[in-house]
Amino acid sequence: MQELTTTRHNDLVDPVLHIWGWEIPVYLFIGGLVAGIMIISGYFALKGQYKKNVFSSFYLPHISLILLSLGMFSLFLDLEHKLYVWRLYTTFKIASPMSWGAWILILVYPALWLNTLIRIPDRFKDVIPIFDRLSNRINQHPFLIKSIGTLNMLLGTLLGMYTGVLLSSIGARPLWNSAMLWMLFLVSGLSSAAAFVHLITSDRYERQLLAKADNAFLTLELFVIGGFISGLLTSTAVHIEAAHLILTGPFAASFWVFVITAGIIIPLVIQLLAVNNKVKHTPVAPIMVISGGLILRFVIVYAGQFSHYAHQALSK
Amino acid sequence: MARFGMVIDTAKCVGCMDCVVACKTENEVPEGFNRDWIVQDVTGSFPTLHMEIRSERCNHCDNPPCVYCCPTGASHVHDLGGVVLVDHNVCIGCKACLASCPYDARFIHPEGYADKCTFCIHRVEKGMDPACVSVCPTRCMYFGDVDDPNSVVSKLLASRKYHSLIPEAGTKPQIFFLA
Repeated sequence: MQELTTTRHNDLVDPVLHIWGWEIPVYLFIGGLVAGIMIISGYFALKGQYKKNVFSSFYLPHISLILLSLGMFSLFLDLEHKLYVWRLYTTFKIASPMSWGAWILILVYPALWLNTLIRIPDRFKDVIPIFDRLSNRINQHPFLIKSIGTLNMLLGTLLGMYTGVLLSSIGARPLWNSAMLWMLFLVSGLSSAAAFVHLITSDRYERQLLAKADNAFLTLELFVIGGFISGLLTSTAVHIEAAHLILTGPFAASFWVFVITAGIIIPLVIQLLAVNNKVKHTPVAPIMVISGGLILRFVIVYAGQFSHYAHQALSK
Repeated sequence: MARFGMVIDTAKCVGCMDCVVACKTENEVPEGFNRDWIVQDVTGSFPTLHMEIRSERCNHCDNPPCVYCCPTGASHVHDLGGVVLVDHNVCIGCKACLASCPYDARFIHPEGYADKCTFCIHRVEKGMDPACVSVCPTRCMYFGDVDDPNSVVSKLLASRKYHSLIPEAGTKPQIFFLA
């Protein structure tokens, strides 16, 4: 038996850490979604799909710019010392994933902007002449388009990885302290992005392609979640306890019902039927995938704050 | 170079909370927050119970995760004695340091920056003990250079059984509790 009584009652810390509310899960979700969109639109740029008239790669980079700004705003809302946010860009701390993320985001914006110039949508043509001139220049040199596509895929991968590394580098929270977390968030981001393109596109080929890709991402995500959980269950006592928070503990219902069943398995079954022409493509499956991706971030961020080292005294 | 640490004799501590009050007064810690606190740790099974009373605070770790994760460099290791401090004018309040501390020793000051024990560095620089140490009525707290074999803290650690908190986290804490 161990009974601890403490006089400490610090706000946001006691009785359990609850420093991060909705802002951080939303930021991590949007970061992963944008990362996935960058990888997909970069791939489309490499494959020359931008030449088609109805292809979503016209407007994916534009949507990404808006989404990323929303995500950054969400992160900004979480800061307690908001007027000092510029301090992030007065230094680079190599050991701090958050510092890496701040600088990666600075690189992501110009990469997305360059991506928008590959094909300016008709309704935006002749609005800003310099953009049209730059777009014409880029289109005269196919290697520039391939370079922009590659750059977007590379930075998208870094961004998606960063959203997981941000949490996994925090050793004090056993649930987050897993080398699988960056992979989970990257695959989940890719899956949400594929579902997002599937949802908004009007091109039949693209819808079919993204549904197939999403099926692969969802299957991979199941394996990564399996690896994430088995890694925790075969680790130390505090990691096993952390795994049980989502397997059987207070976050189990959200995890099993909304993340695994409604967010992965059901949409995977629907999309497998759809790509085999057994049922029609509908918005149901992609909406479930996107919702599952968002809830996954909430579950991991909240349960992670709940997990902690046992406050034990060991005599030497 | 000095490495400051604190040794607390749990056999003498009565949990009077003078250290807590002294810290709040000396450092103007806002209402509702604590830089140090008292923990009563009861272990065993009745009737063979053991109680340890500890005065806890930031452990000023030798391997401080709060410093490594800080994106702005606000959390840093001070040149004097390896004390872990926060520069209030550089902290953006991202709370990564709160998450990375296994001891939950930090909090967000109402003005928006991360705050915690400083070992009363403003007093130590003048050759005084931290406020909590200087007011302890049972004299159970000792502060000094753990790298100096002739210091009181080093002699206590060499002669008595002691433990630190959550050593398995690998942070190398510099607060030691005498058994």
